[in-house]
Amino acid sequence: MNPLQPSSAGPVANPFASTAFERRKSRAAARNQWLMFSFCAVLVIPLVLILVDIFIKASPLFSLDYIWQNPVNKGKGGGLWAPLIGTFYLVVGSLLCVAPVGIFAAIYLNEYARGGWLNRTISIAVTSLAGVPSIVHALFGLGAFVLGMLPAVNRLFANPNNPESKWEAGLLTASLTIAVMNLPVIITSTREALGAVPHSFREACWNLGATRWQTIRTIVLPNSLSGILTGIILVVSRAAGETAPILFTGATYFKFIPDSGWGKLFPYSIGEPFVAMSMHLHVICTQISKMPDVMKYGSAAALIALILLVNSSAIALRVWLRGRKRW
Amino acid sequence: MPDSTSNLRRRKFNFFDAIEKPTEWLIRLCGWSSIIGLAAIFLFIFKEAAPMVPRLNWVEFFTSPRWIPNPAPGNEPSFGALALLVGTFTTTFIGLMIAVPVGLGAAVYISEFAKGRVKETLKVVIELLAAIPSIVWGFIGLMVLGPIVKWVFTAEPGSAWSVVMVTLHLATADSGASQGTNLLTGGIILALMSVPLIVSLSEDALRAVPDTFREAALALGANPWDTVRRVLFPAARNGLLAACMLGMGRAIGETMAVLLATGHNNRIPLALTDPVRTMTATIAAEMGETVHGDAHYRVLFILGIVLFVITCGINVASDLIIKGVRNSNKGPK
Repeated sequence: MNPLQPSSAGPVANPFASTAFERRKSRAAARNQWLMFSFCAVLVIPLVLILVDIFIKASPLFSLDYIWQNPVNKGKGGGLWAPLIGTFYLVVGSLLCVAPVGIFAAIYLNEYARGGWLNRTISIAVTSLAGVPSIVHALFGLGAFVLGMLPAVNRLFANPNNPESKWEAGLLTASLTIAVMNLPVIITSTREALGAVPHSFREACWNLGATRWQTIRTIVLPNSLSGILTGIILVVSRAAGETAPILFTGATYFKFIPDSGWGKLFPYSIGEPFVAMSMHLHVICTQISKMPDVMKYGSAAALIALILLVNSSAIALRVWLRGRKRW
Repeated sequence: MPDSTSNLRRRKFNFFDAIEKPTEWLIRLCGWSSIIGLAAIFLFIFKEAAPMVPRLNWVEFFTSPRWIPNPAPGNEPSFGALALLVGTFTTTFIGLMIAVPVGLGAAVYISEFAKGRVKETLKVVIELLAAIPSIVWGFIGLMVLGPIVKWVFTAEPGSAWSVVMVTLHLATADSGASQGTNLLTGGIILALMSVPLIVSLSEDALRAVPDTFREAALALGANPWDTVRRVLFPAARNGLLAACMLGMGRAIGETMAVLLATGHNNRIPLALTDPVRTMTATIAAEMGETVHGDAHYRVLFILGIVLFVITCGINVASDLIIKGVRNSNKGPK
């Protein structure tokens, strides 16, 4: 018989044995831990099953042609080239607009602004802007860029006798809308990256006589470059996936682009409607009757694959950087 | 300044140093960009909506479910947004009913119990979950979840399941759900979309609780679950509340997923599997059909203002709540 076991028969009861109350408590603790683990499982397992299901149903389409060919017959056949290249230019355009502004704003918030009401107001504005619904961004893009900016631009630059030279809602307006939407994302991630540079680095640089801007340029930015890059990659994935903001600000249902030559690589001018991956998925799911299911699954699988690829590269970059951090 | 008595050499000209002043001004200007952006959003949306503000029948807007923007010739259009408001709030409510317990539970597990590889994997999966675009969630609701919901909530009229469904308001008709895309499907999709946000923010809030709190609880003999329930939850209360509120803000503003997954039917839902329609989906679906400048167009912008005000209110409130927790954690109490 184990002397440590509490026993009414034994001469000495173990004073440290757990009481019924403690045993009940620890059983409840174990049960709740399993419950919380099952919540995680509820999140992860069905999602993985759904994704696998989508990819299996899309698998008959997997080939290079599916990426390289243009959609034919309103997306009932052919591939995904036109929306893919449209998404590419949309992402590049919005990054060109948002990256400099967002990074400078983060530098201001982290390096220049001292605590106080202005800093606090800006922080609240950033979180509020991040919470603005995407459809409200779409309305803003419609009101500000399509109806406000484009007529002004056309009055200045377009040839009044040639309607062809007028810019319509297109890549430019959609990129600007997406850029405004991603501004808080890039400010937050860049600010985090700048904040991760130890303050002693800056102090050392100031003590050598460098000005604030010299310190930022030679010490702070190079040391946080990788974190900033991770943030930019996340913005890429968001820009590629958004549908609502480009609904009325430049994306269109169908657009015929050349099947070969330079026109295939540079199909859209910036004042011209374009097609994008997310918009393509929306259109073929809801707007066209008798769409074969495999095309819907194929389009969804391609978009998911694109987003997961971009995001995993951000995660990989982060893990790699954490490994070679020197402080 | 180079003068004859000084033997200091002139510093080499550096372009980047020369632009210090203009760059600093540019940085200051960009610092304001988020405020400018927020103000511009409100101004431009209000500018488009303004001519309709005095003309709109506001009582009808908030109390009538009659949304008839394009009536038959000779009839007056009617803009009653009650069903849209109810649709938005019911889907959000059902989404949060699922997302809050699951999200908080998952956050506690990841932050307090999971170790090593499991923890890293779960964090990466939650992050990827957050990255899936809303149109893909809508697609999942439409093509995958909808048929499952329709299958579960279908019964022979008169059978036991049918009676249960009608009595418990799970379905209006005794044959079950009329379509797979409905309130429940939309709610589940919204839950899946807002869970990653709730998990990551709650995890931050739990991590912000000092380790001394945990050590004190363990020293008093509390087991891990008691520590979570009696020490961590009260200590991180504000952060957890803010996380749930931001999840709610995201669910209210979600557009493409609910457009595809809620059935888009303008009426007040009476049962769990009735199709509904939300404010966001209405704007997305109808803006393309409007004529620029007519009443319908402007009313859609008014819906946008309503959404903007609701989500901004939620964001500012949650920001203040988080600020409250920061101040109360400063220094000994």
